[in-house]
Amino acid sequence: MRNSSEILIVGGGLAGSCLALALARHGLGNCLIDARPQDMLSDRNFDGRSYALSLSSQRLLDAIGIWARVSDQVEPILGIKASDGRAGEGPSPWVLHFDHAEIEEGPMGYMIEDRYLRRAFATAIGEETGITHLTGRRVTGQSVADGGASILLEDGQELTGTLLVGCDGRQSHVAARAGIRRTGWGYDQTALVSAIAHEHPHQGIAHQFFMPSGPLAILPLPGNRSSIVWSETTERAAEIQALDDEGYLDALRPAFGDFLGQVSLTGHRFAYPLDLTLAQSIVAPRLALVGDAAHGVHPIAGQGLNIGLRDVGTLAEVLVSARRRGEDVASGSVLARYADWRKVDTATLACATDGFNRLFSNDNPAIRPLRDLGLGIVNSIPVLRRSLIREAAGLTGDLPRLMQGLPI
Amino acid sequence: MPTAKVDTVDPEEIAKFEAMAADWWDPEGKFKPLHHLNPCRLDYITRQIATEFGRDLSQDRPFAGLGILDIGCGGGLLSEPMARLGGDIVGADAAGRNIPVARIHAAQSGLTIDYRHSTAEAIAETGQQFDVVLAMEVIEHVADPAAFLVACRSLLKPGGLLICSTLNRNAKSYAFAILGAEHILRWLPRGTHDWRKFITPDELFGLLRGAGLEPVDKTGMILNPVRWQWQLSERDLSVNYVTASTNPA
Repeated sequence: MRNSSEILIVGGGLAGSCLALALARHGLGNCLIDARPQDMLSDRNFDGRSYALSLSSQRLLDAIGIWARVSDQVEPILGIKASDGRAGEGPSPWVLHFDHAEIEEGPMGYMIEDRYLRRAFATAIGEETGITHLTGRRVTGQSVADGGASILLEDGQELTGTLLVGCDGRQSHVAARAGIRRTGWGYDQTALVSAIAHEHPHQGIAHQFFMPSGPLAILPLPGNRSSIVWSETTERAAEIQALDDEGYLDALRPAFGDFLGQVSLTGHRFAYPLDLTLAQSIVAPRLALVGDAAHGVHPIAGQGLNIGLRDVGTLAEVLVSARRRGEDVASGSVLARYADWRKVDTATLACATDGFNRLFSNDNPAIRPLRDLGLGIVNSIPVLRRSLIREAAGLTGDLPRLMQGLPI
Repeated sequence: MPTAKVDTVDPEEIAKFEAMAADWWDPEGKFKPLHHLNPCRLDYITRQIATEFGRDLSQDRPFAGLGILDIGCGGGLLSEPMARLGGDIVGADAAGRNIPVARIHAAQSGLTIDYRHSTAEAIAETGQQFDVVLAMEVIEHVADPAAFLVACRSLLKPGGLLICSTLNRNAKSYAFAILGAEHILRWLPRGTHDWRKFITPDELFGLLRGAGLEPVDKTGMILNPVRWQWQLSERDLSVNYVTASTNPA
């Protein structure tokens, strides 16, 4: 059916789709296996989900031909305001303000709705001859041998290739079948995700309020709309999620304040339990993990998708370079390069977002003044602030070439 | 198996590598340093060949139609990538025990490679010629480097390319390659290298010209201590380095 030099990518979410395109565009043919049916991938309706793309993620999407398909549907993030808040009191006077002008590289990032990104990927993948796209197909087994890897589909069909890549999310079956254990913990927090329409313009500013129960992020979407990521204790989140739209908004308002004027819900409401889950290894013989399958981090800094795309940029560069050298792309020494390159980045971010959340998600009277002071100090030191902005924009660290806007 | 003519091969050197042959393909084994260096060597080799013969490395099997001889092929760490890139490969090693190891591994990888227990001189005598000859980390192990390079030239078609790497001879290479790699870090078994057989880039260029070849490039291979990766360096040829030469038409 297909030649056996293909890379088998399990999971057609954003990370898997992105990897399939990055590899195919550099001559590495692959098979992308998605459990979801095709019509779900090209649904035009706004379902309320959106992503904050860092600058480096935007460059990666540009390099694989996705950006051109979505660039007129994105909202640039021109500034980030972070502040400490407590329900009923509104934000504290200690505000941390990051402005994109300080890094001189254009906006700090972009907001994009899931529906546009998903459709752009579906179209691009359909047009790419190097990708065999299987939709509505479930994987039930996998095996690796010296010469290659194979997977078994629900309908009994077997696919063979050289390398198996698991992009199948936080509860990766690919990882589990390979015997890769996970570490992690829950936070007893749930993220409530929705989108709102509002009266006043958001000026391209993203807001992050650190509430005792968890952070509340308000992220600018095109027009007078914003995306809301609202972390609450799991118990409280369940109560709020059960309310009707009016009740939901009433619960939101005390934290939210009135700076955007009248608000109303648009799109669906989602609830995601928050936990940290790290695969103990992101590679195994003839197998690599990418995105949430490798590391599901707390979405506090909006970095989940961005570090997944960093995995994509890194793995694509490692595999494409290996192929040009004539190496076996699935050999242990090649996969070790991917694991080594990702090690520091992932650990840092997982610890940072975890620590950040623990620091901010509590109402301990001893901690609150300290963190207010901390925000004020960071804000008053331009060098520190600039480095945090660059970090948020994904411009630090040993970046893969695609994320620097360079070809591999 | 025919007995190879081994005029420039030092028998003591062969015995050392025979003892290590079985470990060739274990990236964490005795040849870990070579596996570590391999991507860097391959970057140089593939780019030189692509430039010399106008091939595009982003294409499938870019070396199709090129005859490539890998002298001192060992377990096939260079031969296999060259075969994967589409070349017609002959891998030759004076240490006979390497040959079955290399053959078994090529078969496992689904690659066709002509492995021979032979030497540069013996193949040269058959009159067979190649587009590319690789002599990577070999010349510091042969008894007569000048004669070895003459044999390499006769193995090349007119316009062919010789890629030859070795270690520089100076205080730093003694400290790194002998004291560091063999005695302190134990990367390599003690006695792998004889520092007196190391060759400076000027000496090597002289030997290459003496063999009738035209040296066209020399590049250093250095270990980046922060990323812990080997990389090519145009400036630093103080320890490991690699050269490219053409056989005038």
